[in-house]
Amino acid sequence: MANLAYHQTTHAKVARYAIYAVLGLMVLFYLAPLFVMLSTSFKSLDEIRTGNLLSLPGVLRFEAWQAAWSSACTGMECTGMAPYFSNSLKMMVPAVLISTLVGAFNGYILSMWRFKGADTFFLLLLIGTFLPFQVIILPMAQVLSMLEIENSTARLVLVHVIYGLQFTTLFFRNYYVTVPSELVKAARIDGAGFFRIFFKILLPISIPTIMVCLIWQTTQIWNDFLFGVIFSSGDGQPITVALNNLVNTSTGVKQYNVDMAAAIIAALPTLIVYAIGGKYFVRGLTAGAVKG
Amino acid sequence: MTASRQGAPGFSLSRFADTILPKLVIAPTVLACLIGFYGFIGWTAWLSFTESRLLPKYEWAGFVQYVELFGNDRWWMAMQNLAVFGGLFIFFGLAIGLIMAVLLDQRIRGEGAIRTIYLYPMALSFIVTGTAWKWILNPGLGIEKLLHDWGFNNVVFDWIINPDFAIYTVVIAGIWQSSGFVMALFLAGLRGVDDSIIKAAQMDGASLPTIYRRIIIPSLRPVFLSAFMILAHIAVKSFDLVMALTAGGPGFATDLPSIFMYQHGFSRGQLGLGAASAMMMLFTVAAVVMPFLYSELRRERRG
Repeated sequence: MANLAYHQTTHAKVARYAIYAVLGLMVLFYLAPLFVMLSTSFKSLDEIRTGNLLSLPGVLRFEAWQAAWSSACTGMECTGMAPYFSNSLKMMVPAVLISTLVGAFNGYILSMWRFKGADTFFLLLLIGTFLPFQVIILPMAQVLSMLEIENSTARLVLVHVIYGLQFTTLFFRNYYVTVPSELVKAARIDGAGFFRIFFKILLPISIPTIMVCLIWQTTQIWNDFLFGVIFSSGDGQPITVALNNLVNTSTGVKQYNVDMAAAIIAALPTLIVYAIGGKYFVRGLTAGAVKG
Repeated sequence: MTASRQGAPGFSLSRFADTILPKLVIAPTVLACLIGFYGFIGWTAWLSFTESRLLPKYEWAGFVQYVELFGNDRWWMAMQNLAVFGGLFIFFGLAIGLIMAVLLDQRIRGEGAIRTIYLYPMALSFIVTGTAWKWILNPGLGIEKLLHDWGFNNVVFDWIINPDFAIYTVVIAGIWQSSGFVMALFLAGLRGVDDSIIKAAQMDGASLPTIYRRIIIPSLRPVFLSAFMILAHIAVKSFDLVMALTAGGPGFATDLPSIFMYQHGFSRGQLGLGAASAMMMLFTVAAVVMPFLYSELRRERRG
């Protein structure tokens, strides 16, 4: 339908310039905050006070970055973002891998090994994607303290796996229902069992879905704040919570350059994931957000 | 093929394993789902009918928490803020997303790059977005200073600390983060519209805007629906963005149900009230999502 707009009249030409102008303005709108963050992070506090949002730093200063990484104070502690960055990594890697693997098995079972009540269960799982987490966090906090899981990372891995399964299952189930079931039937006749069919036949053709799932879970878990602020404590907190503490509770002179450097540090991993796997990220967003 | 069917030793054993294994493997998820979602919802509902404060109590106390909640000015402020924020966030999210998708669908040079830029905020944490916009909207050093430097000396732009306008800063930051995603949804929908219908309309002499208004956009109804549900869902859950941007302030000017729930349930020792507010959030989501899900299901059945 795009060729509709392709009449070479003057009227159409003016319209095309207008379209490019609007799209260009929107590009600036989306890029401006990133630009402001970057340029602020390289400024000195004096430059921040005398300049403005769009003024560039005189020289590239890395003091703010150093402080943000290793010495900035988040409340009582003055350790910078480094330990919290590693907390987030230690929480994210196992949570993403476990929820993806279990989700793949679930999708496989829900499409190829359907049991009585499978449809009802899938519906219950789907409804789960709509629930606001506020409705489960109070009991979850009770259960975690009853189970005496003290370690923040272990708590967050558990919670992220449980509440990520709905999405990972959905991704794999929706892909596997498009795979002809004859494939599995033929393999069963050949004597292949449950695990063999999964690992030898289905998993090798699931690479795109695995990518979608890994990228979705990575961004969800890295960016989470609600679970982090509730289920972790002290030096076990993930980076989003530490960043919020840094920005909102520091006393004394406000160091905007350090805030911005810390924010970029917190954003970097998911930005890199987006830059590398943007295609899968968008696919996950549309598939994960829209019903099955 | 036939050989292995007849010959495989232990065939019945593996068949038995195959009937039990799938159920065994999916059992943890079934448990996690039934307990972690539905059991916990029941648990929260139960707590909301008790007088739990710092510690949970499980004696039935009727509707005391709901009575207290409905008599709580801060709660109504939070609900009102949600209505303002949610309404504007959804409306502008849909409008901007649709307009950008239509414009991007006109054989644009560099479409891929533009799309990538529109969507990157969606990869960020709301905490990062809130931190960035908090700085940009800083009354002394942010946009206000920029406008002063440009010669608009009397401009006052203090929305983020102005109780009457602070909620709009949440809308701006929310739109910045989410509108590119809505654009992507609409663009995917536009690419799926049948070309032949449009060509026929064009043969009949319909102009491009008319074709969009009368044929293409109405056919995007399902996309509108999912985009609406996603945005509404983001709005009701909104928590991190406000925590980073305004922390609910100034005063309670940007307080939201999610923040009310968090503070009462976790830092103020008002478990029962927190549970009641969580239940109200659940009902709010259900009230928004259910009619749409229902109408969708009915349409599917009829179609």
